[in-house]
Amino acid sequence: MADTTWRTRASGTRPVRTAAGATVLAAVVLAAVLVPWLAPVDDQAVDLGAKLLPPTWAHPFGTDEVGRDLLLRTAHGLRVSLLAGVVAALAATVVGTTVGGLAGALGGWTDRLVMRGVDLFSSVPHLLFGIVVVALLRPGTGPVIASVALTHWVSTARIVRAELLSLRTRPYVDAAISGGATRLRVAVRHLLPAVLPQAGLAAVLMVPHAIWHESALSFLGLGLPAHAASLGTMVNSARGSLLAGQWWPTLFPGLFIIVPTLAVAALAAAWRERLDPRGRPEPAL
Amino acid sequence: MLELRDITAGYEPGRPVLRDVSLTVGDGEAVGLLGPSGCGKSTLARVAALLHRPTAGTVLLDGEPAHGWRHRAPRGQRTAVGVVFQQPRQSADPRLTLHDVIAEPLRATGRRAEAPARVAGLAATTGLTDDLLTRRPHQVSDGQLQRACLARALALRPRLLICDEMTAMLDASTTAALVGVLEAYRAETGAAVLAVSHDPVLLNRWCDRVVRWDDITRGTTASDRPHPL
Repeated sequence: MADTTWRTRASGTRPVRTAAGATVLAAVVLAAVLVPWLAPVDDQAVDLGAKLLPPTWAHPFGTDEVGRDLLLRTAHGLRVSLLAGVVAALAATVVGTTVGGLAGALGGWTDRLVMRGVDLFSSVPHLLFGIVVVALLRPGTGPVIASVALTHWVSTARIVRAELLSLRTRPYVDAAISGGATRLRVAVRHLLPAVLPQAGLAAVLMVPHAIWHESALSFLGLGLPAHAASLGTMVNSARGSLLAGQWWPTLFPGLFIIVPTLAVAALAAAWRERLDPRGRPEPAL
Repeated sequence: MLELRDITAGYEPGRPVLRDVSLTVGDGEAVGLLGPSGCGKSTLARVAALLHRPTAGTVLLDGEPAHGWRHRAPRGQRTAVGVVFQQPRQSADPRLTLHDVIAEPLRATGRRAEAPARVAGLAATTGLTDDLLTRRPHQVSDGQLQRACLARALALRPRLLICDEMTAMLDASTTAALVGVLEAYRAETGAAVLAVSHDPVLLNRWCDRVVRWDDITRGTTASDRPHPL
């Protein structure tokens, strides 16, 4: 049947990039799940006799300034980062889709009012606003997720609204109204299915960004409490030893901030090319 | 059936596309509206189908003045009028199969149970095979898709059909087939038709009465002004 022809116009390297992104991401997720499970050692265990050891077979990533195993702590931090990234991106997408959906579907004064609110939101630097949100709450994963979600729904709201404005004037929406459909029916049957792929792509594109924000907030000492393993807090506490020539406490957590975000970005870019084959291929960060 | 009185309508404030247009379609009558491209025929068709709010004037359906437009129009008034648009590609949701496209009005008005039988009947009259019904709009030709759009317009047994350049994109044999389907429906139900087109030959053969755009409008319209492009 002809229903796959338009999908076969893949640009040359897309399958490779998709496979590479998926493999790396799967490996990282597996590591985050399996390492703490296979090595049920307390990642908080301090061993001052083994502090700042360079990578060896016993400690493949070395140890930090109080002798904690960096492989174990990186895996724990990775868990937190991936979880926070995905949940925050999903929450931001739900908020953004709802706001943009209301503005786009209702139009008129609702639209104007909501979009001025969106303008107001985007006029505040979002890291700053995120810092205010976490500062108001206790340190922990929940507030970090809330902070990232509350500052990142704006672009999704804009995308969803713009898409809806264009969809609303299609003759098939006219035909549905003429056929007796209610507003809800038009929204659920015709508008939502057209908007969801865009919103889903926006959510995936937001995951790397959310991971970075989680790390940034933790690095600034505002995210997770200092003792909890988070990639951001680990990079922060490693700053002193980096100046003393100990590179491993910075390198490994830093690497695991970058690698999963690049993998997700590669997947998102491939998805975007599929949605819009004529768009320019570009890194999706 | 349909009476348009002194309709003025447009898309931007202060720039009407059509001004003071009056037109009447009697019960069971087929009226052809002939006008050049860009004169505002389609806008008038959308006003008549309660899909676009005019800035001035009255629309009467069965003597009943229309107050709401689009979703605000009472469902009974909306569904009394069936609409077929010019471009079938734009008028069918790309995510639905042709079967779902045709069944949609029945499902939307709570007559889900009637849908399978009604769709089968409409597919037979409009010449759509079972195989075509399972396809999506991008998998069929313009003519096949327009057949489905006509079937959708007939699904709720409207008493007035508004065909806005229904056959402009189609070849002669499909045009003849679609007009034939409509005529059979009229003969069966006594429905009225407002056919909008720029093709005098088609309208003269199809309609009881053909009106020219210039005869039903007073004042300047979009076609009198220099084109914005």
